[in-house]
Amino acid sequence: MRLKFTVYSHGFNKVAWENAERVPMNKPGSIQLPQTVLSERTQAAEPVVEAIKPPSIVRSFLQSKSSGKVADGTFWGLMIVCALSIFLIVLLILSVLVVNSKLSIHTFGWKFFTSSSWDPNSGDFGALPFIWGTVVSSLLAVCMAVPLALCVSIFLLEICPLWLRGPIAFLTELLAAIPSVIYGLWAIFILVPIMRDNVGPVLQKYLGWTGFFGGSNFGVGMLTASVILAIMIFPVISSISRDVMKAVPIHQREAALALGATRWEMIRMSVLRNARIGIVGSVILGLGRALGETMAVTMVIGNHPDISKSLFAPATTLASVIANEFSEATGDLYLSALIEIGLALFLVTIVVNGIARLLVWAVTRGNTARAA
Amino acid sequence: MKAKLFPVVMLAALAATAGAQNLTGAGATFPNPIYSRWFIEYSNAHPGVKINYQSVGSGAGIRQVTSKIVDFGASDVTMTDQQIAESKIKLVAIPSVLGAVVPVYTLPGVGSDLKFSGDVIADIYLGKITNWHDPRIAKDNPGVNLPDHQILPVYRSEGSGTTFIFTDFLSKVSPDFLSKVGRGASVRWPVGIGQKGNEGVAGMIRNSPYSFGYVELIYAAGNNMSYGLVRNAAGKWIKASTGGVTAAAAAASKNMPADYRVSITNAAGPESYPISSFTWLLIPVKSDDPAKGKVLHDFLQWMLDHGEDEASQMTYAPLPKPVADRVRQTISQIQ
Repeated sequence: MRLKFTVYSHGFNKVAWENAERVPMNKPGSIQLPQTVLSERTQAAEPVVEAIKPPSIVRSFLQSKSSGKVADGTFWGLMIVCALSIFLIVLLILSVLVVNSKLSIHTFGWKFFTSSSWDPNSGDFGALPFIWGTVVSSLLAVCMAVPLALCVSIFLLEICPLWLRGPIAFLTELLAAIPSVIYGLWAIFILVPIMRDNVGPVLQKYLGWTGFFGGSNFGVGMLTASVILAIMIFPVISSISRDVMKAVPIHQREAALALGATRWEMIRMSVLRNARIGIVGSVILGLGRALGETMAVTMVIGNHPDISKSLFAPATTLASVIANEFSEATGDLYLSALIEIGLALFLVTIVVNGIARLLVWAVTRGNTARAA
Repeated sequence: MKAKLFPVVMLAALAATAGAQNLTGAGATFPNPIYSRWFIEYSNAHPGVKINYQSVGSGAGIRQVTSKIVDFGASDVTMTDQQIAESKIKLVAIPSVLGAVVPVYTLPGVGSDLKFSGDVIADIYLGKITNWHDPRIAKDNPGVNLPDHQILPVYRSEGSGTTFIFTDFLSKVSPDFLSKVGRGASVRWPVGIGQKGNEGVAGMIRNSPYSFGYVELIYAAGNNMSYGLVRNAAGKWIKASTGGVTAAAAAASKNMPADYRVSITNAAGPESYPISSFTWLLIPVKSDDPAKGKVLHDFLQWMLDHGEDEASQMTYAPLPKPVADRVRQTISQIQ
């Protein structure tokens, strides 16, 4: 009985609370509407309170099963714990990184992020070439993957004949499931010779004047790494943006076509504009994968910590230097510097994601997805 | 992080030792094939003894054994004085087998057996010799038609004992290399590209014409790669072989310190292959668990009596007799 009573009072309080909430929320300018709402609410609330006294069949059935209050409370607590655990995990990672890289932070200070020397023998460590390699290879990869991925998803949704849609969609998803070391092996044996003998000379001949394609081209370097990254993140971007475009209501398309839009105009006006937040989201996911990718990049980037204007030159990334050197690192300062490289990767990821979010905000500012 | 992991790993190790006598070791990847074979054969011959070896790299091996995470370690690199001082347990380094590092290359139109002197190799990695047509390479290889093409130097991207042996040799023959790069498991290479593992370097060399790199002898021999000759301290051109490596060890053993910490690169003697090295097992002088100490002692005896013969079948060079005799004496102190 006692239990039932508490449940009732809980229900009653909830109604009262809802009513109380309503009143201050209404603007002074529109008195009439809130009053009706309020009276409707109170009227509606009255029978609820009365109806509770003999509990409905559903309610008593539920109560015979278990106490809703306990279950609700547990559920609420569980969800809060799960949500807070994300903060906890991030905080733990950050604190472990900071604590273990203390020696390196003390020794080099901010210079660690601006120095480009990495010499385990003399104990001089700087992260700049690694940060450069990570950011440039990921951005280049995104630049290559996004147009390709968008074309594939538009083709699949709007143009592709039905019988071809299944196989292409399946293959795209298959690409996403291939482990990165397989991509790396494929890149060493197939992509590197292509970049060296076919793509490289053409780029050098026609775009050599830009300075980005100068120097000697051995097929291993920043450009090849970006291409393999682009291939790896393309399925992620493509499948997510396809799902987003699929979610655009069919009426939008029909309306555009009915107004006389061509197919491309329809895609541009009703599909791409409406789906653009989701598309940017898929690009951010792809970028995240590119930033953290280790194995495939290590195998083709050349692992040479230098900052070079030429995209043919070998480079290296934050993730690959950790993977390469951690197991054989001797000496506390060396280990500590490698952990600070991990911290740098953490910060780069946060900064790049932050910039991406700002971009989303700038693109969608003042508009809802629909109204554009 | 190490400190937190340590008790957990110790507990796991304790739990594992409850039944039969289980030992765990960790360290160098280079001797992993022969160690794995030895440990399996030793277990077969001695039921109830299991030795598990993780090839995690020399640096990690030293770290794990000095902090007592594993029962013994293995390394291609000698422990530094600082590492010995910081170790939680007194260790003795036992040479087990010898290995060598060979120069490999891909040159279209040029056969195998190119000759490289140490200073030429050093200058290729310093970026001073950039073309195969360089007169200094041509001088060592009279009659060979070298192509006029840029050299692509390839090195090991991850820290490795192989790199240590190679840079140790280059530092001895080229003062310039010593001052600009120095010796180490991972160093700052002025030019070239890095690839992971012997297989990564070998794959890169095979697939890239005009490339030059270095891999372990056992890897080159096992994969039928052609490799170059290197000039030794006596001025002779030597093609790497187990015999040449053992000769280098024998030449260096005359003035070998008691703790076996000796570099045998650029060793004297007309037969010696110059880029050779011991690889060491790092064994606690007195194990915390006497039963484990006994197993280690017995295993090392077995290694000297039976194991060394198998080494040469797998292109590892066996210890020369004077060194083996000294090792036998050292083993007797292990408890």
